[in-house]
Amino acid sequence: MTQANNPSAPNLTTGAHVSPRPTGVQRKAFWSGDHTWRLFIWIVLILGAIVMALPFVWLVSSSLKLENDIFQFPPQWIPNPARFENYSDALTYKPFNIYLLNTLIIVSLNMIAIIGSASLCAYGFARIKFPGRDFWFAIVLSTMMVPYFVLMIPQFVIFSRLGWIDTFLPLTVPFFFGGGAFNIFLLRQFFRTLPNELSDAARIDGCTELGIYWRIIMPLAKPALATVAIFTFLAGWNDFIGPLLYLSSPENFTVAIGLATFRSVMRTRWDLLMAASTAMIAPVVLLFFFAQRYFIQGIVMSGIKG
Amino acid sequence: MSAFAKLMPRTIAGRRTLTGYLFIMPFILGFLLWFLIPSLTAVWLTFQRWNLISPPEFVGFENIARLGSDKLFWQSLKVTTNFTLVSVPLGLVLGFLLALLMNSKVRGITLFRTIYYLPSIVPAVASAVLWAWILNTEFGLLNAMLNYFGLPKVAWLQNPDWALPALILMSLWGLGGSMVIYLAGLQGIPESFYEAAKIDGAGRWAQLRYITVPLMSPIIFFNLIIGIIGSFQVFTAGFLITDGGPQNSTLFYVLYLYRNGFRYLDMGYSAALAWVLFLIILVLTLLVFRYVGRGVHYDDGQ
Repeated sequence: MTQANNPSAPNLTTGAHVSPRPTGVQRKAFWSGDHTWRLFIWIVLILGAIVMALPFVWLVSSSLKLENDIFQFPPQWIPNPARFENYSDALTYKPFNIYLLNTLIIVSLNMIAIIGSASLCAYGFARIKFPGRDFWFAIVLSTMMVPYFVLMIPQFVIFSRLGWIDTFLPLTVPFFFGGGAFNIFLLRQFFRTLPNELSDAARIDGCTELGIYWRIIMPLAKPALATVAIFTFLAGWNDFIGPLLYLSSPENFTVAIGLATFRSVMRTRWDLLMAASTAMIAPVVLLFFFAQRYFIQGIVMSGIKG
Repeated sequence: MSAFAKLMPRTIAGRRTLTGYLFIMPFILGFLLWFLIPSLTAVWLTFQRWNLISPPEFVGFENIARLGSDKLFWQSLKVTTNFTLVSVPLGLVLGFLLALLMNSKVRGITLFRTIYYLPSIVPAVASAVLWAWILNTEFGLLNAMLNYFGLPKVAWLQNPDWALPALILMSLWGLGGSMVIYLAGLQGIPESFYEAAKIDGAGRWAQLRYITVPLMSPIIFFNLIIGIIGSFQVFTAGFLITDGGPQNSTLFYVLYLYRNGFRYLDMGYSAALAWVLFLIILVLTLLVFRYVGRGVHYDDGQ
């Protein structure tokens, strides 16, 4: 929150070497000193940024090369000629449109499940006082500490007994039950910041708890819900181990599994592999650019108030 | 209707309790269904030999006894420990330093933040495919960089000495995730603290040592615990890029757990492995709380 709304964040369009300071007010004190020092920091940051960005440049550059141009050493950075057909070749070699549809079905179900279920639980933990509440909240926190892999085997056994293997059920149904400890935690933290007067006024007017939850708290919590929705999308889009365990027939594959199998059949066609990888990364990058403030908000909420 | 009325609590407090439990009911049900029952199943599985097809057979402590003599189990522990010991502290320190630099109000901070953060949200599968190509011995980006500086090619993924370092390097590409958490924390430190310190004659180093680090210690602590738990669950890179090789040098713990469960269909033994993972993470978390947590400074003075 602090970063997204920070109007004083400098931008690249400022012409001056050091943007003018308001007189009498010292800017962030720690590193701000002489110009040489600031220049040094700037150079270190630029070098680091180049290192971080190189894999992306390499990815996109490789994805546009001819099959032969990719095997050049030292490599050429600008593909010449650029072959955009790599994308259509890669994405039609395996039915990525079906994988995309499957992923979107799973992800949307998860979003509905988590927003509905986690917000209900978070409301109970944040806005109603009852005996045993703190005990159950401690359980929420402790389940957060248990890694997925610890319960992976018994959960698989249970889902296979239920006959849910090779369906979307193991990847969606559990989220309708609480929506994940982390999401409950995140929403509870947010609900607690909303003023109690609002609920009290509604109660005096005869509103039920469910009514307060739905008509007052949920509309006010839209930014937090957006954050949870975005992280749910990312988790579903990126999830590999879940679909790897539970989806076996190709018509049920998600994009992540599709890319992994594509890799196993196309071991040396790096041009096509990079095109498919770019296609999988692009939506995530776009989402970040369009919803940056919700990302930052989620980071602040999870990292600091925790 | 009368039976229903009898169930309704008469007092306001009783009704509030009922409402509260109704709200958190999804979590309670989920906890029972997907947490408690699987945990009990895991206890039961630990004492069985079962391949999911033929009927399970009770074997007592055989699965647990097997751990001691299982060379691959120890190898996977060693690989994961080495990975954790290098990647977690490196990520912690580099992420913190980057955040410090970025908090100095240099020009273009939004752009820097984006560039450093983006790698951490790249899907694991796409990242694995990309890095398999970056680490390619003949035509990869990393060796091209080495070549630029006049260094020889390294067989990153074929040499057992280099495969794990290569995957650690890959994991550091994602350090922007912890960096932005630090950055958000740094921006929450009031300016007046530094002004007061300056009046008292504190230099850059003293400000870092006595203001920034103590105030940031809860966040550093948070990132340390998340980092340890995360590094014990590294799966995709080992599974897709190296498949545990060469010579099991990248056989991560959860990869070995996965193999026992889904390649060898040994449910009992993989359940035993899962318990060990749980114990390791529990003990590590408690140790970190015990020895590092004491140094953590909290605002409320507790």
